[in-house]
Amino acid sequence: MSDLIDMIEHGSLRGSLDHCVKCTICETACPVSNATPLFPGPKYAGPQSERYRVAGEPSVDASVDYCSGCGICSQVCPQGVKIAEINARARDALKREHGVPLRDRIITRPTWLGRIGTPVAPIANLALNLRPARILAEKALGVHRDAPAPRFAGRRFSTWARARGRERRADRATAPGAGPPDHRGLPRRVVYFHGCGTEFYEPWEGEKVVEVLEHNGFQVTVPRQGCCGLPLQSSGLFDDARRTVLRLARSLSAPLRDDADAIIVGNATSCTLMLKREGREILGLEDDPDLRLVSRRTYDICELLLALHDRGELRTDFRPIREIVAYHAPCQQQGHGIGKPALDLLALIPGLEVREMNARCCGIAGTYGLKAEKHGISMAVGRDLFDQVLASGAPTVACDSETCRWQIAHGTGRRSVHPIDFLHRAYGLDDAGA
Amino acid sequence: MTGPGPALDGPLHFDAVVIGAGTAGMTAAIRLAQSGARVCVVAKGVGSTHLAAGTIDVLGRIDGEERVTEPGAALERLIASRPDHPYALLGSGVVADSLSWFFETAAASSPRGYEYVGGLERNMLLPTAVGALRPSTLVPITMAAGEASALHRAAIVGTHALRDFHPSLCAANLREAGIEARPVFLELELERADMSALGIARRFDDPAWRALFCAQLSPALRSEDHVGLPAMLGLRDPHAALADLERRLGRRVFEIPTLPPSVPGMRLYEILRRALRSAGGRLVIGAEVVAAERHGERIAAVATRAAGRESHYAAPWFVLASGGLASGGIELDSSWRTSERVLGLPLRGVPDAGEPRFVPDFFAEQPLGRVGVAVDPQLRAEGAENVVVAGAALPGQAPWREGCGEGVALASGYRAAQVIVRESGAGAPAGARAT
Ligand SMILES: Cc1cc2nc3c(=O)[nH]c(=O)nc-3n(C[C@H](O)[C@H](O)[C@H](O)COP(=O)(O)OP(=O)(O)OC[C@H]3O[C@@H](n4cnc5c(N)ncnc54)[C@H](O)[C@@H]3O)c2cc1C
Repeated sequence: MSDLIDMIEHGSLRGSLDHCVKCTICETACPVSNATPLFPGPKYAGPQSERYRVAGEPSVDASVDYCSGCGICSQVCPQGVKIAEINARARDALKREHGVPLRDRIITRPTWLGRIGTPVAPIANLALNLRPARILAEKALGVHRDAPAPRFAGRRFSTWARARGRERRADRATAPGAGPPDHRGLPRRVVYFHGCGTEFYEPWEGEKVVEVLEHNGFQVTVPRQGCCGLPLQSSGLFDDARRTVLRLARSLSAPLRDDADAIIVGNATSCTLMLKREGREILGLEDDPDLRLVSRRTYDICELLLALHDRGELRTDFRPIREIVAYHAPCQQQGHGIGKPALDLLALIPGLEVREMNARCCGIAGTYGLKAEKHGISMAVGRDLFDQVLASGAPTVACDSETCRWQIAHGTGRRSVHPIDFLHRAYGLDDAGA
Repeated sequence: MTGPGPALDGPLHFDAVVIGAGTAGMTAAIRLAQSGARVCVVAKGVGSTHLAAGTIDVLGRIDGEERVTEPGAALERLIASRPDHPYALLGSGVVADSLSWFFETAAASSPRGYEYVGGLERNMLLPTAVGALRPSTLVPITMAAGEASALHRAAIVGTHALRDFHPSLCAANLREAGIEARPVFLELELERADMSALGIARRFDDPAWRALFCAQLSPALRSEDHVGLPAMLGLRDPHAALADLERRLGRRVFEIPTLPPSVPGMRLYEILRRALRSAGGRLVIGAEVVAAERHGERIAAVATRAAGRESHYAAPWFVLASGGLASGGIELDSSWRTSERVLGLPLRGVPDAGEPRFVPDFFAEQPLGRVGVAVDPQLRAEGAENVVVAGAALPGQAPWREGCGEGVALASGYRAAQVIVRESGAGAPAGARAT
């Protein structure tokens, strides 16, 4: 039975390849094949090779491992062929056949790494930046010595959130219903999905998200949560990825069940995309009721704020910021199919000069650029973006995904922050000394 | 259509929503944005720009005539003989206005020096990848030196890695047309045996690569005064690349359009994309329209497929620029049923049941070749009064035969915006305006 379901599901992805008219638009857009001959391109690895992949037979090509899974090919395809999804499945099959290196089992588990690294942050950060340690890690594990490594913050976002929650409950006891109500006169409720990057490496980004949401009258709930499983999925560890995303879906869906208007909002754009679509489509979890509910109700933070603005419900008490900022929309952000809401939000801030970068990809693709054999490719992919950033004269690059921010900082020496930083500053919330 | 669920699921409101990001949709959207409307383009993917030559062909052929040399004058004859042609609905004045508008808009959003040249007085005849001569009305400056009347002795340069371009074939056909053309093959240092023009174009962005390329090409040239290359002179600063090559080679250099992917087409798209942004319009790619909310003769909103759920876009006006049969805007299914895929609008130009859809010769007048969405003289769709149709979705044209695809897309996109601006009252369109 489950074989049958598998067949039908895979069939719909696979069936889409018959729509391929070989127009090569995906090839024009693929950042990886344009940087290295090791990946022959999405059309070749996808619709073309797929015809030779037969269940139970050996994989026809190893080159699909060099696809970074950015998903741009599927976005630009004018015929709706699910190229990236077909390639992700082929990568999974390849991994099943050849096994997964220990490295991939480690770096794809940010929650473990975070739990281990956070209490010993000073030592862990030192090790991550120590040349001999990095050379050792490259030799022993295959994690490239120059790959951008984030710094453990040494504190966890969820600890801050719990304390904040207690404070707010106390406040509400004295001043109930603070903030503008929704259309039914109730305070709007959002469930905040912070992801591992915010939890262990950039807790301040999460603090800003919460403060901006509260400034706009939202009541923010932060349930206990773990990883979304995307790193596992993109390294071809599908079974582990399924378990991980379903566990997360359970904890995020609970608060939605008793409030039909509650939504989930996240600032890690690749992780929100995992919840919205990739988990369901690539991992074949279309029928899980928790994930379905979560998928339908998840918003990227900029998507939510712009939707509010479009209906005249976003506070616009912005102070001017006289600066130039470069904006890069990560591939995964583009995968949401919602345009570039961050650009329109940043444009609301008086004085801020926004330069849109039009290079496709920074190259990191989650954990792709960490891998010793792929780091060089990832830097070559990012070259275009790095050059544009340097030419823009902007001291800061706004970008919706944390791994992309680390790569951009690594490739350009410029600061890179989530777009929410600018909104937070423009609202004057920085001075509030939160 | 919105159904139960979070209150935030309601539609986003715009003054106009444009469906399709080809030349027609982008033109309509830019013009609307320029006139102060809040516009959003939603498209399944990019359009034909990435496939076609990157030129603006207004009119290359009229049935029963020689190749068109003066498109402005020929337009009047076409309009008189084919009252159902999109150009007949538009009128030659709109075509001329749209070209002037394009010059202005492109100039403001192009990479430095990369301009379009030409006009309605005279078509330019430019070599194709197989060495046929093709009439175009506006061409990017990087192709201009290929104009056949000024082409006497030309070297046609290719490389084995670019397997879709055959200098010998191109040169042989040019010689048939009386141009002294000679093929030149270069063994370029490329890391791959098989590359697209785009892959090589990225190299031409790098001045060091250009120097290397010229050092290799120079000794292979003889007395030729022109050098023709597949269109791959870079994406970032193609005019600088052209100037650089001309200086180093001491000859005029021109680009020849290639098989897809089309580098000049991608440049054109980039110009339009930038123009839309700077006019304040929004662009959502990867957003296929999958449903529409209809109230009688009006479309109230469309739904696009986004990650996890549908997004809804509401507007008093819609521009349907979803292309023709080639881009999936119009479909012929296996039971011979022809339909408009996006909004389910009635079509015009469908052969009667039992009549043939196709005839054997590809370039012959195909019975289904002029199919399109039925419109009134204002380009408004039959049965949907707030939908204006533009581009290859319009009936009555045969872009491949007539060489009019981009011209129709540009002029009808331009006109669609004009109709909307006019109909919504003086100045900027009414509707939900941002405050
Ligand atoms: C390879 C090639 C070569 C050509 N060469 C020439 C030539 O030499 N001379 C000439 O005159 N003409 C030529 N043409 C034709 C000319 O390019 C087209 O007629 C013209 O570009 C059409 O533009 P358009 O904007 O109307 O449609 P397109 O550029 O086709 O754009 C259609 C848009 O609609 C979108 N879309 C479709 N369905 C949906 C949906 N359901 N929801 C959302 N979006 C949707 C598509 O993704 C796309 O963005 C050529 C075309 C091709 C493909």
